[in-house]
Amino acid sequence: MQASDRFNINSQLEHLQAKYVGTGHADLNRFEWAVNIQRDSFASYIGHYPVLAYFAIAENESIGRERYNFMQKMLLPCGLPPEREDD
Amino acid sequence: MATLDPEIARVQEERKKMEQQLASLNSVTYDTDLYGDTDRGAYVSSIPVNEEEENLEGMDSEVARKLASFTAPKSIMNEMPRGSEEDDGGMGGFKKPQRIIDREDDYRKRRLNRVISPDRHDAFAAGDKTPDVSVRTYGDVMREEALKRETEETLRAIAKKKKEEEEAAKAGVVKETEAAPAQKRRNRWDQAQDDGGAAKKAKAGSDWDLPDSTPGIGRWDATPTPGRVGDATPSVGRRNRWDETPTPGRLADSDATPGAVTPGATPAGMTWDATPKLAGMATPTPKRQRSRWDETPATMGSATPMAGATPAAAFTPGVTPVGGVDLATPTPGAINLRGPITPEQYNLMRWEKDIEERNRPLTDEELDAMFPQEGYKILEPPASYVPIRTPARKLLATPTPLGTPLYQIPEENRGQQFDVPKEAPGGLPFMKPEDYQHFGALLNEENEEELSPEEQKERKILKLLLKVKNGTPPQRKTALRQLTDKAREFGAGPLFNRILPLLMQATLEDQERHLLVKVIDRVLYKLDELVRPYVHKILVVIEPLLIDEDYYARVEGREIISNLSKAAGLATMIAAMRPDIDNIDEYVRNTTARAFSVVASALGIPALLPFLKAVCQSKKSWQARHTGIKIVQQIAILIGCAVLPHLKSLVEIIEHGLNDENQKVRTITALSLAALAEAAAPYGIESFDSVLKPLWKGIRSHRGKVLAAFLKAIGFIIPLMDALYASYYTKEVMVILIREFQSPDEEMKKIVLKVVKQCVSTEGVEAEYIRNDILPEFFRNFWVRRMALDRRNYKQLVETTVEIANKVGVADIVGRIVEDLKDESEPYRRMVMETIEKVVANLGASDIDSRLEELLIDGILYAFQEQTSDDANVMLNGFGAVVNALGQRVKPYLPQICGTIKWRLNNKSAKVRQQAADLISRIAVVMKQCQEEQLMGHLGVVLYEYLGEEYPEVLGSILGALKAIVNVIGMTKMTPPIKDLLPRLTPILKNRHEKVQENCIDLVGRIADRGAEFVPAREWMRICFELLDMLKAHKKGIRRATVNTFGYIAKAIGPQDVLATLLNNLKVQERQNRVCTTVAIAIVAETCSPFTVLPALMNEYRVPELNVQNGVLKSLSFLFEYIGEMGKDYIYAVTPLLEDALMDRDLVHRQTAASAVKHMALGVAGLGCEDALVHLLNYVWPNIFETSPHVINAVMEAIEGMRVALGAAVVLNYCLQGLFHPARKVREVYWKIYNSLYIGSQDALVAAYPVLDDEQSNIYSRPELTMFI
Repeated sequence: MQASDRFNINSQLEHLQAKYVGTGHADLNRFEWAVNIQRDSFASYIGHYPVLAYFAIAENESIGRERYNFMQKMLLPCGLPPEREDD
Repeated sequence: MATLDPEIARVQEERKKMEQQLASLNSVTYDTDLYGDTDRGAYVSSIPVNEEEENLEGMDSEVARKLASFTAPKSIMNEMPRGSEEDDGGMGGFKKPQRIIDREDDYRKRRLNRVISPDRHDAFAAGDKTPDVSVRTYGDVMREEALKRETEETLRAIAKKKKEEEEAAKAGVVKETEAAPAQKRRNRWDQAQDDGGAAKKAKAGSDWDLPDSTPGIGRWDATPTPGRVGDATPSVGRRNRWDETPTPGRLADSDATPGAVTPGATPAGMTWDATPKLAGMATPTPKRQRSRWDETPATMGSATPMAGATPAAAFTPGVTPVGGVDLATPTPGAINLRGPITPEQYNLMRWEKDIEERNRPLTDEELDAMFPQEGYKILEPPASYVPIRTPARKLLATPTPLGTPLYQIPEENRGQQFDVPKEAPGGLPFMKPEDYQHFGALLNEENEEELSPEEQKERKILKLLLKVKNGTPPQRKTALRQLTDKAREFGAGPLFNRILPLLMQATLEDQERHLLVKVIDRVLYKLDELVRPYVHKILVVIEPLLIDEDYYARVEGREIISNLSKAAGLATMIAAMRPDIDNIDEYVRNTTARAFSVVASALGIPALLPFLKAVCQSKKSWQARHTGIKIVQQIAILIGCAVLPHLKSLVEIIEHGLNDENQKVRTITALSLAALAEAAAPYGIESFDSVLKPLWKGIRSHRGKVLAAFLKAIGFIIPLMDALYASYYTKEVMVILIREFQSPDEEMKKIVLKVVKQCVSTEGVEAEYIRNDILPEFFRNFWVRRMALDRRNYKQLVETTVEIANKVGVADIVGRIVEDLKDESEPYRRMVMETIEKVVANLGASDIDSRLEELLIDGILYAFQEQTSDDANVMLNGFGAVVNALGQRVKPYLPQICGTIKWRLNNKSAKVRQQAADLISRIAVVMKQCQEEQLMGHLGVVLYEYLGEEYPEVLGSILGALKAIVNVIGMTKMTPPIKDLLPRLTPILKNRHEKVQENCIDLVGRIADRGAEFVPAREWMRICFELLDMLKAHKKGIRRATVNTFGYIAKAIGPQDVLATLLNNLKVQERQNRVCTTVAIAIVAETCSPFTVLPALMNEYRVPELNVQNGVLKSLSFLFEYIGEMGKDYIYAVTPLLEDALMDRDLVHRQTAASAVKHMALGVAGLGCEDALVHLLNYVWPNIFETSPHVINAVMEAIEGMRVALGAAVVLNYCLQGLFHPARKVREVYWKIYNSLYIGSQDALVAAYPVLDDEQSNIYSRPELTMFI
């Protein structure tokens, strides 16, 4: 860890990641980052009611159904993690 | 030749004197000047509760933990203790390390009497097996304790009988032995230096008689309560030889051979016999005693040399008297023969040797080498010359063969460097002399491979411990980690056998103890249930921490015991501590009670209740009951209101103690009830129902101490009651209280006052009742001069009276004491004044009628004028409070008051003048209310005339008074006129005294703010120059006032001139001065609009000088911080300058520019300056790879600012390029930025994330975002 890190929030990366799940680190791979992005997106859709209403109209679904779907998708947003090539 | 003789004689005489001094240093002495006879009343008698647990992790993790809210000043504050800690590690620190023992009093020193007990049987580990005979089981320990008690009883009986016989014998004899009682049994710390000389007659009786000759307070009836201050003398006698102790060396012995300490051993093995009596050694040993030493068989003492023990331990104390034992002046060498050397002796020895080395006689060769060859003649020594051959010297000259095995007096080596300590092998830290005893083994450079695995382990532990104790911080850290990691591998036994004796070391320092305690704490976690056999050992060394005067030591002690009880479990804890509950030594019982309370708070009170119940009802000994009840008291004190759920059961457990046959038990029961009630307040009265009757009955039948305790309990219980009951019970107790008003006992007085306060403040007690039944007696007995003399009485009386006044009103109380303002005793007048001040401040003066008002003012004036010494400003505060409370009613008295003030302003004594000036500043507001402006003007002129005052304290007060007057009557009406006043203030600004500076700058600032137009611009400029120096002031308030004054002045006379002055000041060397200047520039810019300042400021940036450029940048940074939104008009103007700064080679340029950009961005967020900001971001961005902490911090903050101003999406786009960069260093930085971006505005990022394509089975795309209606 660098000397400069001692002074900012990143000094405790573990703690940071425990607190904010979506934060990343240098060893994050494409899949993990994408999962975070997807979950954040779904959470955002659900959190903004107008967005949810917009999607409902576009998909011709009820708002509740949309919300349920998004919530379900948050479970495994990108499918199963790919096999690790190395190690 | 003959003429030389007298000179030689004189020199010899002087030498002899020196030697005597030196010899007197040899004996171990107790320096009363240094250690003092500590006042037992000053103890903290209980551990404070409800305070946060201290983090044991050390500073580093604390810094880390609090990072989220990290601020610069805090870091600086934290830095300091850390720095000093590091200093302690080294040898030559300037701070004198503090030895714990130096600040301990006799009572606390009794910890050294305790013996680290042998390991005990662990019933859990053994299962159903019958314990081996060699193992000490709970039963063994209990039997030993019983035996000890019995011995004690017997001894007491013998002592009693002897005393009776003696008295009978003495009846006829005149007081021949009067000197004998004077010689108390002292432990060796107490042995006064002068006793050492010729006072052998004092040791008239044999050891056996001694306890008898000091009847004093035997320890069997000793429960020193905190209040018993006076018995310092007998308390020394309290310990008799049975507990005589053990130098550290002996501890190790008893440890190593458990058999030897069991009382079952032969009488020859009894502890006191073997204990080397250092005290006795300092004096020439009396005949009888010596004979006893001779008689003792060679096997005496338990000090069997053990294989593997430290060399010190293996050293058998003086079996055969050898060498110098009989010498008149014992030399250190002689001391060695007697027993294991203590660190003090060791130090003395080392010191003495050092002196000897330096003062040794020079040899002929050396003299030849020193003096020039020619011009000098070598004379024959005079015939009468006799070389000095004092025995002390002689002994030192030839090292005794029996010198300590720890350290050999080295061969005389002329080339040796005497100040350099011997290097410890293998990179080990420096060893202090006292450490040799424990760590000596590390010095024998044996081949490690030849040692057995066990020995290697021991050695490893020792090494690590030494590193922890004496090493540098990094060494310490790694050693601590290793000890923790390998704790189970090392095993509990070897670890604790090493650590615990270290903690008993007499010379331990605070820091060392802290470190060792930390080791125990860490090791405990790892060992867990393995510690069980060692619980008692650990308690013996940790319990003393619970009564340490240092708060952190107490907290540490609690933490360790709490962890210990969690590791070992309740059963083991009880088994370990049960024998100590009725220990004969009060010290042991006291600490055990406290330890038990910690166990209770760690494992929960319910778990401990059955045990407590049993103990409190013990039939066997009152000590057990006493300790049991004390545990309850300590629990209440320790856990505070958390006792509430268990209150009922705790009260039930102890209630029978109120009727106990033993007086001490009754007392402690009442005190415990008081503690419980205090902890439970204001709830829980129903739990005390059962004790009300015995308590109230008790106060009628008891006297003295017990009564005091009962009253205390009642005092705490009454406030819990409902109004109705409180009133009833108060009336019941009041009879006794009023009777006790007359008690001559100080302790009783304090308690009575406290109880009266508690009763009176309770709701149900009527004012009428207090007025009629309590007040007359109260004032008759307590409002007497004597009460004012003792500090604690004084405080308590004032508090109680104020509380009564809250009930019965101002007039009653003030009316009764107002006459006393004219009392002839000054302390008494002060007490009256303080009470009046508090009462009037609380309740106002509306109750005071005109007659009382007259008396009051008259009395106050008298008291104020008559005061001779008043450091606490009681009179001043009282005067101020009364005048302010009376308000306009004070008008008729103002001329008189002002007359007094004027007269006192002219007084010879500086203190009087200062008070007079202070009084003006307090009553200025009231004078204005009374429309006495003319009077104030007059005072203003008088004060103005006194501005030539020499004493800075007084001058400060005079300036403060002027300020107060100017504040209330305004600039225009001020006399003297402002235009005269200000020029007089200018030279005073040069004064370096803080109080003067602060008051002066406040006054000048006030004038600049409100009445700048009364003074010519030239004068203001002059003041500006003076102000520059004030930017150096240490006090922040002064610097802030100065900076603000610059703003006012700039507003008054226009910014140009002020700015020029300030810009010039950027060239000075001092950093703080420059920083303050930049702040001042920014403030000037803020008050006079930025456009008046910016051109000149930016122009200044062209000066090719680092300090100036950085100053300009810093000013810009402050400026944009202050002007906020206004910045949008100036952002384009300064952008080129910032561009340049952000590309500068100098780090500080970039750092400061980055912080300017941050403030700018935050100020103009949402105001349409995005183009400029993006441009600046492009310059800021390349700096993200900086590593210097301040720079990277500033850069990151600038980026954060940009996130706010430009939106997260823009910054994310900058970020994306590096998140998956092939170089880890780059990725790390980018992810750091990403993370703060994410934390700052997570939601905003959703729309800006890059589009990812799906891969095989994984869906990365977000089709929802492409939906379109």
